[in-house]
Parts: sequence; structure tokens; C-alpha cells
Amino acid sequence: MNMKIAICIKQVPDSWAEKKMAAGVLDRANVDAVLNDLDEYAVEEGLRIVEANSPTKEAGEGSGHSITLISMGPERATEAIRKALSMGADDAILISDPSLAGSDALATSLVLAEVIKKGNYDLVLCGTESTDARMSVVPAMIAERLSWGQLTFAGKVKVDLAASSVEIERVTEFGNQVMSAKFPAVLSVIEKINEPRYPSFKGIMAAKKKTITTMSLADTGLAASNVGASAAWSAVKDSLPRPARGAGVKFTDDGHGGEKLVEFLVEKRLA
Amino acid sequence: MSTVIFLVDHNGGKVAKATGELATFAKTIGESVAVVFAANPAEIVTQLSNFPVDKVITVSGDLEKNGPAALAEGLAQIIAAKKPAAFLITSTASGKEIAGRVAVKTGSGIITDAIGVDKDLITTQSVFGGSTTVHAAVTTGVPIITLRANSIEAAAATSTPTTEEFAVTISDSAKLATITSATPVVKGGRPDLTEAAIVVSGGRGTNGDFKPVEALADALGAAVGASRAATDAGWYPHSHQVGQTGKTVSPQLYVAAGISGAIQHRAGMQTSKTIVAINKDPEAPILELADFAVVGDLFNVLPQATAQIIARKG
Repeated sequence: MNMKIAICIKQVPDSWAEKKMAAGVLDRANVDAVLNDLDEYAVEEGLRIVEANSPTKEAGEGSGHSITLISMGPERATEAIRKALSMGADDAILISDPSLAGSDALATSLVLAEVIKKGNYDLVLCGTESTDARMSVVPAMIAERLSWGQLTFAGKVKVDLAASSVEIERVTEFGNQVMSAKFPAVLSVIEKINEPRYPSFKGIMAAKKKTITTMSLADTGLAASNVGASAAWSAVKDSLPRPARGAGVKFTDDGHGGEKLVEFLVEKRLA
Repeated sequence: MSTVIFLVDHNGGKVAKATGELATFAKTIGESVAVVFAANPAEIVTQLSNFPVDKVITVSGDLEKNGPAALAEGLAQIIAAKKPAAFLITSTASGKEIAGRVAVKTGSGIITDAIGVDKDLITTQSVFGGSTTVHAAVTTGVPIITLRANSIEAAAATSTPTTEEFAVTISDSAKLATITSATPVVKGGRPDLTEAAIVVSGGRGTNGDFKPVEALADALGAAVGASRAATDAGWYPHSHQVGQTGKTVSPQLYVAAGISGAIQHRAGMQTSKTIVAINKDPEAPILELADFAVVGDLFNVLPQATAQIIARKG
């Protein structure tokens, strides 16, 4: 069979940049935007699944399988999408609409699930979280909305094409679990799973010709009342920069640094 | 009185420390009601008498083998029947996923990674690597709130909760994924990284030698953490990584040894109550964050501190 894989990606503020709040939400306008680090692992894993199951051992044309990127965000999210396309994904869908601004995780998962439903995908891959919101709930919410098997926090993924099933090793605080489900399923992958490839020159050139289909909210079939800041089911009351820590004690080791450290701990009743 | 339901987190028959913290938050809001999913709930229920718990709802059976989907379905049925003022769950990977699914099922708003919730159900979150404090509230449905471990000191209590057995119906669509085998984390003698009161972490400055870091951790009864540089280099297991792409910790004491303190790392430890740093580089950003900083070689400072602590204990 030919697999249809969707990979959810997000453009986020550069995680090395300083982030601030503006009017109750993250100020996105004034920071550099990049492809969410953690989504690169999902893109890489999608490519590896295709390569492992294709006669030519290469993603793209001829493999019989397809990888579509799905992203929700402003127009400029195409920059992040191009990067993932240059890694080797085939095409992309960008859901972009002014009414989506300020959407919470519930609305985001609603929109993504609605678009995924239309595509007849066998597998949906995600990163475990976005480095801006860091909620790590969207993959589970998508699985819930689609009523598909949820295989998340995968440290290993094994697809059995003949059986139309997928098995993962779920990595959690409490240990590892082997979990499996039939297609279609929603996966999230942890950063330990692989080493994302750098786009090759050929990949970058090819990405320029790949199709990014832009959808408006109306194209998804959802109403504006379902999404955006006004439909969010939680609200920020206030946000304050954390008071700076008081200047601490700095001690240059003169051979007694360890002893001084313990004195401090004892004084604080920490040792 | 308003009722607050929380999920009891247990592993290998032992209730997680963070569950006591959930009970403490629940009790400050109203009636504290614990939900236990377990094959044998009785052994879990007895442990709850050490926490402020008014009532325990037990669900027997092996729902866990279908992962977060089945647990969320069970919880949504309990929430629909009991109509609590809020639902609390610990911010673990699974806890957040369960919360997300419960929010969808019950048509409720969700707030994750709170470090506090008050009697008016206003949550406190520390975001952007601890640089900003946010107060927020759920405005629709039953507030679904995930709380970070170590956010509050669990209240000591001797309670005799009433118990109620609750029957849930799990649909086929919540059984699409199945756990076929599980390997528990091999526990060393050290506490869990996210639950530990003290964390000692090592970074690039260890040059791959974590022995002095581990020795100090053991002297302090602490968990061992590592920076991304150290885990990427393969010096320490990835499961110990503290930072933006690793674990977020908020212990009473965080000791950073040979860690420069890039924003990626600070994001995972900045809310620690007290921070101590040891670094050779007087310009390392971590030194500015520390309550007590030693500019020096960790291979001299840590063993001296460790010996001193052991000597003090006699």
C-alpha cells in the first residue's frame, strides 16, 4: 500500500530569543521566527518511515508514499514550511486566517483535526510540543478529536505496512512502554528518536517548486466562533516579569570554595 | 461546598509524592476527591490517608493498558457525573495528555504547568524560562488544570476518606492503542529528578566525568541532572536532561556544576528556590542567576563540599 503521512509543524519564536507578553499573549511580532525545533524530529521520522518502506529507499517521487506538512499560522509561516519541504516532504497545507490569531490548544487541535480529516492520511506525526507554548497536549487532542489511536512520546517507531499497523516505544518519566495501533494513528516523537538531516542544496532548490496550499478558515468548514482569542476557553488575567533575583554571593575559589558552599547551605538549612 | 477532583498518580503500587500536593491544593478550594484507577485500588487507597483527602472514587480494571485515551474517557464520565468545580492532575507527560483529552471530551478549558491555583481557581504559571509570571483562569466548562510537581509542600494529614466504586464504560475508540509491554525505569538509590527537593546537575565543565556530581548528589540525598551539552555528548542519560527540551525542575535547591547557563538550560531550572553554581568562567551567565556562586574548578569545589557534608553528618 501507499502511505499518506501528514506532519504537523509550527513556526515559533526562536527559542534562543527573549520572549515577552503583549496584551495577554506572547509577542510574536518582534522576535525571529523559526521552524519549531521539536517538529524537525517528526519531519525526519516521517522521511525515515517512507525511506524504510520504499523500493528506491528515497522519499519523494517514486516511493509511492507521500508526506504532507500541515501548519496553522500567519503567512510568514511559509518560511518554516519551506525548511521542512527542503528536508524532503512533498507538499504542504498552511491554514492562515486572521480569525485564528490567539487560538488556544483546543481550537488549534480542532482546526488541525478538521484538515487532517479531509486528507485520508494513514499516519499523523507531530513533535512532542512547541517550544513557545510548551503545553504538549495538541497531539493527544488531535487523536481524541479524530478517534484515532494515540501513540505519543515515541522514542522508536516501527511501521508494518503489510499489517497497516505501527508500533512505538513510548518514553515517559516512569519508564518505557511498547504501544501499538492500526492505521490511522497519531504519533508524537521525542527528540532522542533521530538526528534531523540538514537540507541539501538539491533539497533547498526542489523545495522552491513544491506546492504550499493555503486554506482560509472557511475552507476548513469551521466557523470563526470556534477559533481565535475570543473562543479561547481560558484567559490570562495578568502577566508580570518575574522580579529579578537579588544579587547573590559570588566567591572566587581560594581553596576553600567547597567549604564556603557548605556554610551557605547550612545557613539556608539545605544541608 | 465545591468539590475538586484530582487523579492519583501511582507507579508500581506506590502513590507519587506529587499526588499529596494535588490533594493539598484541592483541599484549599473545597472538598478533596481523589480518583484511583488501578487493578487493585485497595493498596493505593490506604496510602491516601496521609493526605488531605475527603473522598476516594475507585475504578478497578486495567484501563492503563490503552494509554491516555481510556483513562481520559473514564475521567470524563466521572466529571460528568460529579460536576466538580475543577479537575487537577500532575504535569507529567501522560498527565498533560490525559488532561488535554478530558478538556476536549468535557468541553472545558485547560491550563497546563501551573505552579499554583487559589480558591477562586486562578492559576499561577511561570513561563518563558521563569522570566514571566502569568495568572490565568479557565472560562468555559470545568477548569482542567495540570500542576507541576514540587509546586507546594503537601499538607500532612490523617484522613479517613469515604470510598465509592465507580463503573466506567470504555468505548472501542478509546482502545485503539494498546500497551503490549512495559519496562519500568530502573531506579537507582536517587530520588526522581522532577520530584527531588535537591538537584545537582553537571554540564560541559565535567568533561564527561560525573563522579563528583553524583557524589555531592548522594551526600545531599539529591537527584542528578545534566545540561543538554552533557546529554548530547553521551556523558549522561537523556532522561536526566534539565532544560527547555528536557525536564523542568523546581527544587528547593539546584546546584549547577560546570554549566554555563544558556537560556535553554535556565528554562528548565529558573524557578528553583535556591540556586548554587560552580563554574571556572567568571563570565558564565549562570553565576548571575545564582544565590551563591563559586568561581572555581568543580573538580576541587565539589569533592571538598561533599567531604564537608559527610563530615557534618558524622
